[in-house]
Amino acid sequence: MKRQSMNRSREKAIRGASDRRFHHFCVGILIFLTIVVLLPLMNIVSASFSNPTAVSQGRVWLLPVDFSLDSYKNVLKYEAVWLGYRNTIFYTVVGTIMNVTVTLLCAFPLSQYQFAGRKTVNKILMFTMIFSGGMIPSYLVVKELHMLNTVWAVLVPGLMSAYNVIITRNYIETNIPGELQDAARVDGCSPVKFFRNFILPLSRPIIAVIAMYYAVGHWNSYFNAFLYLNDRELYPLQLFLRDILVNSRFDSSIVEDPEMAQIIQNQADALKYSIIVIATLPLMCVYPLVQKHFVKGIMVGSVKG
Amino acid sequence: MRKRMKLALKRDWQYWLFLVIPLAYLLIFAYYPLLGLQIAFRNFTAKGGIWNSTWVGLKHFINFFESYQFTRVIGNTLILSLYSLVVNTVIPIGFALLFNCVERPRFKKVVQTIVTLPHFISVVVLVGIIMQIFNSRTGLYGIILEAITGSYPSDIFAKAGNFRHIYVWSGAWQHFGWSAIIYIAALSGVDLNLHEAARIDGASRLQRVRYVDFPHIKSTIILLLIMDMGRIMSVGFEKVFLLQNDLNRSASELISTYVYQVGLAQSNYSYATAIGLFNSVINLILILAANKLSQRVSDTSLW
Repeated sequence: MKRQSMNRSREKAIRGASDRRFHHFCVGILIFLTIVVLLPLMNIVSASFSNPTAVSQGRVWLLPVDFSLDSYKNVLKYEAVWLGYRNTIFYTVVGTIMNVTVTLLCAFPLSQYQFAGRKTVNKILMFTMIFSGGMIPSYLVVKELHMLNTVWAVLVPGLMSAYNVIITRNYIETNIPGELQDAARVDGCSPVKFFRNFILPLSRPIIAVIAMYYAVGHWNSYFNAFLYLNDRELYPLQLFLRDILVNSRFDSSIVEDPEMAQIIQNQADALKYSIIVIATLPLMCVYPLVQKHFVKGIMVGSVKG
Repeated sequence: MRKRMKLALKRDWQYWLFLVIPLAYLLIFAYYPLLGLQIAFRNFTAKGGIWNSTWVGLKHFINFFESYQFTRVIGNTLILSLYSLVVNTVIPIGFALLFNCVERPRFKKVVQTIVTLPHFISVVVLVGIIMQIFNSRTGLYGIILEAITGSYPSDIFAKAGNFRHIYVWSGAWQHFGWSAIIYIAALSGVDLNLHEAARIDGASRLQRVRYVDFPHIKSTIILLLIMDMGRIMSVGFEKVFLLQNDLNRSASELISTYVYQVGLAQSNYSYATAIGLFNSVINLILILAANKLSQRVSDTSLW
């Protein structure tokens, strides 16, 4: 009897030790991955705060070398960045408002079991997720509608994402009980009133989630603008960034100041680092504050469609 | 029947009112382009448009099947997307399982916030970052290798063979934390009694990961895999397009970039639409097949 219990406690100790080792292993891997994610980010931020000459000589590792704000000062003199920022803010704000409105308009009827057409509309929506006309036919539609080279080409083709409609619908279905629908109907409340008085106030959390999804999408997207816009005045930030970062093309013709053109020539690398920081900073700062909403969005979305 | 429909319409008209704009949008931007697909069977001219250009039957498809690009772009697309699928499934799942074993909430929160951050970097900026970091002279990569080997490495963007690794691993770097969230959430729903029971039976933590945690997230994994199947042929066009250069084209020309190249850059709309249609159909078949398969093996289904 005694021996047995001794055996067991020894076993437990051994197991405890191996579990502890495993725990250490897990913590180690987590730290390793965090460092892997952080290293490049730190390098970029440090390079952006370093002396441009040090950057082009390849002397910047993980901490700024000869701390300087020169590249930021130069970037802010570069008119394209301002223009791009302004346009992107416009597309993000107006686009997100339009997206959220239309998404709610679509998700509400689909979430009401009293609505007889919901199965059909659901199918119409789901089909668009698995089959699409593709690039050329979509381009032709935008062209036929005479939207090319207008802000509408950026705002309208992605007006509503089926995925966001589905998570909104799921949220309403699971969080606003069917009994409420019934009670409202018995009391003579029309769908429009029900939407305004119950659905809108009760779905604030999901509205926040999809608004963030759409806003991030607008902030980061370049391809629609690339396809549909020619007019430089309408370019979003990402399109200017593509020229600068990917094609290494600073538009020196529009930099009127010859001195500035010279600076751009010499400090291209350092400028790129600070542009990366400037373009990404807003999202990076906001994200930790709203992290839990994003995570909630994933949860809602993971409920089967 | 008619009467019933009339009655339903009378009762539901307000719901339909809500749907006017969404349905109009779907009709114009999702369904109308499907009609535009007919130009794959015509010789599109600006004058004839979608409806009146001459019919040419399967000519564009046959041209595509017979062109030397056919095997190349399909091969590139399949290899890149399968490579990416494997890496981007295994790493987030592994991360989530290990993450779930750690019992320090504050530490975990910090880790999770940091590893999800890169998800919000735009494709353009990400490609910019890749180009800066892997610059063989001024980038972190060049500096480190120079410090170790004493000489600057060669330009990694100049070799086509590197393209896939750059694409896939930068994607893993950017998205693994984000992709793991869903698994981490699923893992938090594991019944603690199961863990307790397994522990009493003498299972170590690692064994419990294998026999308790993993089975719990299996249906989530399968569901996400099916959804990814549907995207196999449309792998990350926007990023590939930015990473593409003349030196890596032999590995980076995908179906989708080829459609862009032929269609919009060279204005050969019909040929490009034919390729796009071929691609969409394969996609559809893949997603239906994956769904069927998963219904059979695990009762998990998309619809």
